[in-house]
Amino acid sequence: MKKINCTINGTPIQVAEGTSIYKAARQAKVKIPALCYHPDLPAWGACGMCAVKIEGSNKMPRACATEVQDGMSIITHDPELQEVRRSTLQLILSTHPNSCLTCARNQTCELQELAAEFGVRDMPFKMDLQDIPQDDSTPSIVLNPEKCVKCGRCVNVCQEMQSVYALEFLDRGHEVRMAPAADVLLNDSPCIKCGQCSAHCPVGAIFERDETSKVLRAVRDEGLTTVVQIAPAVRVALGEAFDMEPGELSTGKIYAALRRLGFDVVFDTNFGADLTIMEEGTEFVRRFVNGEGELPQITTCCPSWVDYMEKFYSDMIPLFSTAKSPQMMLAAMTKTYYAEQQNLKADDIFHVSVMPCTSKKYEIVRDENMYSSGSQDIDVSITTRELARMIKSAGINFAELSDEEADRALGLYTGAGTIFGATGGVMEAALRTAYHLVTGADRDKVEFQEVRGLEGVREAKVDFQGTEVRVAVAHSISNVSKVLEQVKEAKAKGEELPYHFIEVMACPGGCISGGGQPYGTTNVVRRKRIKGLYADDTDRQLRMSHHNPAIAELYENFLGEPLSEKSHHYLHTSYTSRPVYNK
Amino acid sequence: MAFKQYVLVCGGTGCESSDADGIYRNLQKEVEKQQLEQDVQVVKTGCFGFCERGPIVKVLPEESFYVDVTAQDAEELVTEQCLKGRQVPRLLYREDESKEHARIEDISFYQKQFRVVLRNCGFIDPENIEEYVARDGYQALEKVLFEMSPDEVIEELKASGLRGRGGAGFPTGMKWNFTKQVEDAPKYVVCNADEGDPGAYMDRSTLEGDPHSVLEAMAIAGYTVGANQGYVYVRAEYPIAIDRLRIAIRQAQEYGLLGEDILGSGFTFNVEIRLGAGAFVCGEETALLASIEGERGMPRPRPPFPAVKGLWQQPTVINNVETFANVPVIITRGSDWYTKIGTEKSRGTKVFALTGKINNSGLIEVPMGTTLRDIVYNIGGGIANGKEFKAIQSGGPSGGMIRAEYLDTPIDYEHLQELGSIMGSGGLIVMDEDDCMVDVAKFYLGFTVEESCGKCAPCRVGGKKMYDILDRITKGQGTMEDLDRMDTIGFSMQRASLCGLGQTAPNPVMSSLKYFKDEYLAHIHEQSCPAGHCKDLVKFTILPDKCIGCTLCARNCPVNCISGERKQTHVIDQDRCIKCGMCYQVCKFDAVVRQ
Repeated sequence: MKKINCTINGTPIQVAEGTSIYKAARQAKVKIPALCYHPDLPAWGACGMCAVKIEGSNKMPRACATEVQDGMSIITHDPELQEVRRSTLQLILSTHPNSCLTCARNQTCELQELAAEFGVRDMPFKMDLQDIPQDDSTPSIVLNPEKCVKCGRCVNVCQEMQSVYALEFLDRGHEVRMAPAADVLLNDSPCIKCGQCSAHCPVGAIFERDETSKVLRAVRDEGLTTVVQIAPAVRVALGEAFDMEPGELSTGKIYAALRRLGFDVVFDTNFGADLTIMEEGTEFVRRFVNGEGELPQITTCCPSWVDYMEKFYSDMIPLFSTAKSPQMMLAAMTKTYYAEQQNLKADDIFHVSVMPCTSKKYEIVRDENMYSSGSQDIDVSITTRELARMIKSAGINFAELSDEEADRALGLYTGAGTIFGATGGVMEAALRTAYHLVTGADRDKVEFQEVRGLEGVREAKVDFQGTEVRVAVAHSISNVSKVLEQVKEAKAKGEELPYHFIEVMACPGGCISGGGQPYGTTNVVRRKRIKGLYADDTDRQLRMSHHNPAIAELYENFLGEPLSEKSHHYLHTSYTSRPVYNK
Repeated sequence: MAFKQYVLVCGGTGCESSDADGIYRNLQKEVEKQQLEQDVQVVKTGCFGFCERGPIVKVLPEESFYVDVTAQDAEELVTEQCLKGRQVPRLLYREDESKEHARIEDISFYQKQFRVVLRNCGFIDPENIEEYVARDGYQALEKVLFEMSPDEVIEELKASGLRGRGGAGFPTGMKWNFTKQVEDAPKYVVCNADEGDPGAYMDRSTLEGDPHSVLEAMAIAGYTVGANQGYVYVRAEYPIAIDRLRIAIRQAQEYGLLGEDILGSGFTFNVEIRLGAGAFVCGEETALLASIEGERGMPRPRPPFPAVKGLWQQPTVINNVETFANVPVIITRGSDWYTKIGTEKSRGTKVFALTGKINNSGLIEVPMGTTLRDIVYNIGGGIANGKEFKAIQSGGPSGGMIRAEYLDTPIDYEHLQELGSIMGSGGLIVMDEDDCMVDVAKFYLGFTVEESCGKCAPCRVGGKKMYDILDRITKGQGTMEDLDRMDTIGFSMQRASLCGLGQTAPNPVMSSLKYFKDEYLAHIHEQSCPAGHCKDLVKFTILPDKCIGCTLCARNCPVNCISGERKQTHVIDQDRCIKCGMCYQVCKFDAVVRQ
């Protein structure tokens, strides 16, 4: 790439052509303040905080949106810029409530950080708050428009990254607000609850529905057996809330912390992932080898993706794997198989899941299949962020905890289960077992590198001892249509299918950057978390789901075999068309 | 076919709203009835400009200039003027009662004007392409297609010194050259007809009176930069302009002047209309492009400029109506001719919508460099009702107030900027002694606050805060700290707003603070409004020694808060008074005073 020269506050620096002033400054270790800018999103230029000067011009262009030109002399800080930024910040503060103490984003708020950085001590402008009621219509996320700073990130995430178009700018001028398009409730909008808006919101205007108090109440209840499971992606991210590096594996500490919090039994969603592979892999082999059911098979572990599909691709329901997600499979087994072992009734168990995801809060009540044990299979689903807050408030010194093990019955997992948290991971795990099911032997090389990475859509042709399996992986909903439209076209024309198996995850990078993960996720962080998961996989002795002895036990003692009648009852679900804007 | 006599009816929106169409139809019927259709042609044209006295009918070659005409006057006009060859004195325009009727060119309103952009406006039927062609229309297009290379067109434009008439005054030749130089396809030509300044109607009148001049220029731009598609973005509130534009596009296509292989040159150019819903911010070029794309009309950061990355991220020439309307004349008459008009840095003419407290409000076109005094006193006929001139506001809500002592400033881009105002798109609003400058600033800021898209913080929040402060000041609740606050906000808005709307929104406030600070101070320190305009600060009372009890005030009071017997002193109930000033206006004995 062509390099160009510029100076930043007089210091010469060379940057790649096309670099924004903001990024060039970062490269020069100069921090330009910004509120609306986020590296995941196109430069929006709304907040005005990143205004800079260029020698020879009397304008103050946005550093986030202006590309460096060869020979440019950039001034990032001077008294005039400071004055403009400070008063702009004070203007923004005058429209934002002073309720930091009780805000979900207290101490993680980007506006708070800016105010501290600028040392704002006075509020020269009269407070002027928008009086708009909170929208808590979805089970997953809550909109609090009063706190919105109109940075536009949520709208851009929802539209550009996710192609969902649930959120839009409504009204204008000082009355502008980010709200569900057509001014419906969020739950009546196309929202798929992915929570990426909440992960990108710089303030407390969009946040996960906090259900920690329900959990605390349950663990205090002597009459309940509290069971908890943690999702793959939680173990490489939770540590960030305790000053650990992104991607640093903390599975053992999390188990320990959960027991300190008072949970009676600690399971691992990774076990559920192994179980999902047994069911979904077998389902794929039946479709692919036996011709029972349509191809391509499309994964359904991601509830936001399921929601999106039911809303916008319901004609493709026959292509969807009927297998429940790992969280729901593990939950069904907890309240049946495990309950039976322990002589408990389903209602005696309170099951909590810890997920990187806001959508899982929705999945647990999605339809009647989520009550397969006769009780609600999962009672509460909390996000990684919520667990971090619980650990902090319980006074647990997370980083110093000694590793513990999960409870064995539904806690043992293989490497295949742990990579579910990364884009391509479900596909790879499925291929490892499908290969065995089709060929009768394990593949010599465990990894399928071709499905890994952060490319929006990845395609691969996999050789099953002479049989070609064509697969595709897509993450971020905006990438999904590229894949599905090809399938539709091929089907309409009666041509050979482009793929046999498709994996979709709604969030960019997969669950490791789910809407419920610690704040500050960027591609750098995503790569580190993904690396952590693959390291967990490599370190395992068992790396294929069908090798998990606890899974074998479960089939032997309870389910029979994959896709058995019992499996169907507990581990599979169905889908329905859910058209939007029909209220 | 030539006629002996032409009866021209103004068909601009202003006259149309006063039944110009009825006048036109009655005149036609009358001509037919009196079997004069061989000799007399009745034409509905674009705006004559003298809107103050519309509807207007002109008769050529006699140069009769009839004002305040009604549909009922048609019979008399045709009988007298067309059949008998006599003028109708009662409808003729006179500058004042003592003067005889003058020929059109002798009317002061027109004397200092020079029409380049409005060359056809008021002379041709805008719905008939042949009338445009008869006045050299589409000759420029033919010339560039067959005699000029794109580079030569750009050189001619650069030599002419034409600058964008939308407000910022960027050299048009340079702008076109940027787009021409980008190697990318497709490219687009966009005409910004989203005129939205309060009181401004220059672009509307041009489109209504001479739509082909804009279409021809767009085709020339397309040829020059290598674009085959043009869009006119016009607000839906301009139905007449839209109708005439549609007709013009259809006729140009029928005549082979738009569409495939224009005049056999091999060059293809199509124009489509896109309607705007009336958001002021869509006049900002990047917001306009977003709107054409079907997105919410919000500005995007610049650079990249539309010339390089515009409509659908493709190179796009975007000019406003008036800029385009200049182009064909520059091509046909040459830059040498054009540079003789105007000043050194601002060539050509400028169209203004002259409104406010002035005798002759209307649409005018003057050479750049004409002084404000000429515009106000010669063309505009001075201040209405014998009041004192106070200020003139140029550039609409983005402009500033100019005081009387600067009336001899020649109007061009540089001089207006020196005075803290801008050329803008051409609104000129005259204010007199009754106008409170704080309130005027509040009015303009109120407009931009209302029209802000809300995207960027400095404009969205800053504008509202500044408005609230002005509101407090006009209620006598302002403080000196408020003035400092406005200064701080204004600076941030000017520097850190994303688009021109926010960057210029503080101008009316800043310039009035500079030139009329005493009025602000009076509101703050004395809780009084020197112009007697701010309702919360004025009080109307009746002087007992002057009131003769005629009851006129009481009968005119809209809230019936004036009491008093006939021939007895009247009294205003201050609690119920809404400060409308009606009593003050109607009292014949100066008994009502405003404090």
